[in-house]
Amino acid sequence: MVITGMGIVCPLGHDVGQVWRAVLAGTSGADWIRIFDASTYPTRFDAEVKGFDIRRFVSQAGFHLKGNRGCQFAVAAAAQACRQAGIEIETSRPDDGIDRRRLGIYLGSGEGSVDNETFFDAIARSWDQQTARMDWTRWAKIALRSQDPIHTREQEPHMPSWHIAVLTGARGPARTCLTACAASTQAVGEAMMLIRSGKVDAMISGGCHSMIHPMGVMGFNRLTALSTRNDDPKTASRPFSASRDGFVIGEGAAILVLESLDCALRRGARPLAEIAGYGNSADAFRVTDMHEQGRGPVQAMQAALQDAGLSPDQIDYINAHGTGTIENDQIETLAIKTVFGQRRVPVSSVKGCMGHLIGAAGAAEIVCCVMALQDQVIPPTANLHDQDPRLDLDYVPLRPRPARLINIMKESFGFGGQNNVVIIRRYPS
Amino acid sequence: MGDRKVVITGFGAVGPLGLSAGSIWDGLRDGRCGIGPITAFDPSGFPCKLAGEVPPYRIQDFLPKAYRKAAKLMSRDIELAVIAADQAFRSSGLVTRAIESGQVNIDPQRTGINLGAGLISCDLIELAPAVAASLTDGRFDIRRWGCEGMQLVPPLWLLKYLPNMLACHVSIIHDLQGPSNSITSAEVSAAAAVAEARDIIARAGADVILAGGAEAKVNPMVMMSQCLQGRATSVEEPDRACRPFDKDATGSVFGEAAGLLVLESVDHAIQRGARIWAEVLGTGEACSISPDHPCLEPDGDAIRIAIEKAFEDAGIGPRDIDLIIPHGTGVPAEDLAESKGIEAAFGSCIDGIPVWPTKSQLSNTGAAAGAMDLIAALFTIRDSLVPAARNFQQIRPGCRLKINTSPVAARVDRVLCCSFTYGGQAAAVILGRWQGR
Repeated sequence: MVITGMGIVCPLGHDVGQVWRAVLAGTSGADWIRIFDASTYPTRFDAEVKGFDIRRFVSQAGFHLKGNRGCQFAVAAAAQACRQAGIEIETSRPDDGIDRRRLGIYLGSGEGSVDNETFFDAIARSWDQQTARMDWTRWAKIALRSQDPIHTREQEPHMPSWHIAVLTGARGPARTCLTACAASTQAVGEAMMLIRSGKVDAMISGGCHSMIHPMGVMGFNRLTALSTRNDDPKTASRPFSASRDGFVIGEGAAILVLESLDCALRRGARPLAEIAGYGNSADAFRVTDMHEQGRGPVQAMQAALQDAGLSPDQIDYINAHGTGTIENDQIETLAIKTVFGQRRVPVSSVKGCMGHLIGAAGAAEIVCCVMALQDQVIPPTANLHDQDPRLDLDYVPLRPRPARLINIMKESFGFGGQNNVVIIRRYPS
Repeated sequence: MGDRKVVITGFGAVGPLGLSAGSIWDGLRDGRCGIGPITAFDPSGFPCKLAGEVPPYRIQDFLPKAYRKAAKLMSRDIELAVIAADQAFRSSGLVTRAIESGQVNIDPQRTGINLGAGLISCDLIELAPAVAASLTDGRFDIRRWGCEGMQLVPPLWLLKYLPNMLACHVSIIHDLQGPSNSITSAEVSAAAAVAEARDIIARAGADVILAGGAEAKVNPMVMMSQCLQGRATSVEEPDRACRPFDKDATGSVFGEAAGLLVLESVDHAIQRGARIWAEVLGTGEACSISPDHPCLEPDGDAIRIAIEKAFEDAGIGPRDIDLIIPHGTGVPAEDLAESKGIEAAFGSCIDGIPVWPTKSQLSNTGAAAGAMDLIAALFTIRDSLVPAARNFQQIRPGCRLKINTSPVAARVDRVLCCSFTYGGQAAAVILGRWQGR
């Protein structure tokens, strides 16, 4: 199973090269929240996609402009990935050697924002504080007048897969999963499995998400999961550091074209890397906390190794989930040590630059893994000036490190305990 | 390598016709309608006034003692999934730590979950006091919301509404440490979850997976969304409201349900002496590609392709199918397109196969819908009985499907269930009577 195309839209840029250069340079994508007025929020900064215009990526943008923010990123990323893979888009008569019935879509994608212009006011005007009741008749009247039917439909998490189907003509399975922060790693893993099963030849897979809206940032702020380093947004995302205080919320999309090696060779598409293994597990512990011993992450890592037919000492680098929350970085470190024993395999998190793209994070980080294999360099953990003394792995601080890389492990762990791990291998290995 | 067949050894459901799969089947067979006036909120200002609501229940009755505190983190969608999961394990003979902690007979690491879920809309009543505390001159003021209002929102608020929490709570309650996924493809979620779970078991990624879907759509925001999209009927008499494929159909009625099936490798099932209800013979999935048609294209191509793939996967053809349970929403354009897609996949043999839509009785339960139909299919196989389609009188012009108008007692060996949704996704699942090895 090989990757033949990649596309990305994230806080660090709108194409793979630009993003990869920023990751190597340790450039931060964080800044003040501009999407809405967060000036009184506990967290006033984020990592936003800036200066994005879907019309630069597709010619028939009108339809996609109706998509939610994450969806538009996904369409742009898919257009990039398909171009690189030689899959024709925006045509009813594709001639690229891919049978559209055997071309599928698998996204880890999130919901779009409610219409903030009307959502809160409709509640305010329908709520009776004295009786603590909603006047649903009044609410319905406002909603019927003010809500846009297309906007409400496009808010649903599976709509980006429709947009990509329209873009590419893909007629195969079109699945969407939303396993929180692990969603797009899961999507890529299961997409690979669909190809392996022989049900499809190729998959357009990855993720998209934007939770940068009043409700999304509120939700994470209430969970106290976000960094509140309001005096220095650019260094706020600092995985594995002693002074880390939460993740920095990001947004974006990353899309990969996966196909069987046969399909790629037949079409003359150039493999960029191989997806060698996939593992998935559940913590089955608590919805609020990770298992103290990292039981689920360990099982997912071991399952991925087994699937790839590899032993831990064949992994050259681990691209961590590394969110920069106290809990994740500590338990992820423990889990890695459980699987890898005494061996100090290099571990880094690109979230220090990119922020946490939630549902899109895993796919964006897989793109970085493929680039790491191509350039034979490990991307650094940005902002890691003061490594937590309790965390004793090699986290590749601050500067990229040239290395001989054949197999990379990519980890993603979702809120609630769903864990996904894929192994990406250099092609040809 | 052992036998890679995947079978169904248990199931659980809650829905408009009852709090158990058995009572729901009784209602379906006896022609009862689970649809009634909305009681969850005052619908008088809404274009739609009906829904398929789950009868009253106490969630604490379905939770192990140690987990009762977690109930406050459960939205209704999660509650329904938890109830159906409890029932599904009990019916399968599999003992999890929640069923009887001293007699567990599952291997937690080899037992997984694949639970389709919808976009869970937040409870506005829960948010309203926070919004009310954020007003300046009667208008919502986001700066007051940011510093004062949001402090009134419960700290763990977000966890109630993440769609993956259905699977997470169930996996915690029953200690399911194997593969876990949350498919969020609206009305095809359950069928896609079953298809994926079957593949995972077939590739030996797990021995047992609890698969299906759950969604509670009787919520002002969800109902309004479906009204705005023109999919909800405004008919106020339950007996006439949802009438799939009928010439007088005017739209769907939305509801709430959870349906979960225990999928198991046949080796594992036989080894433990499980009752095998059916085999998952084949699945197929496809997608619409027209920007002008958010559901099916007018020729129903996505449903046709999904069915053709399911035939191929099962190694059977149209003549082998004894019953079709269509998605059958009752939205006129959707009925017509689905009919065309099914007709195209079946060719001339469509005239001899009964078609039984269930949504006139069960309502459209979103992410749960496909699972409810699969569970209904299991009973039609067990009883060799095809119930009559309710609310159906005369076929919509242009549709050729043979809607089953009176109960038919005839051998049912293989059932095709179809699902599709706005967003263009379509899926077909074929269940077959277990014939032994």
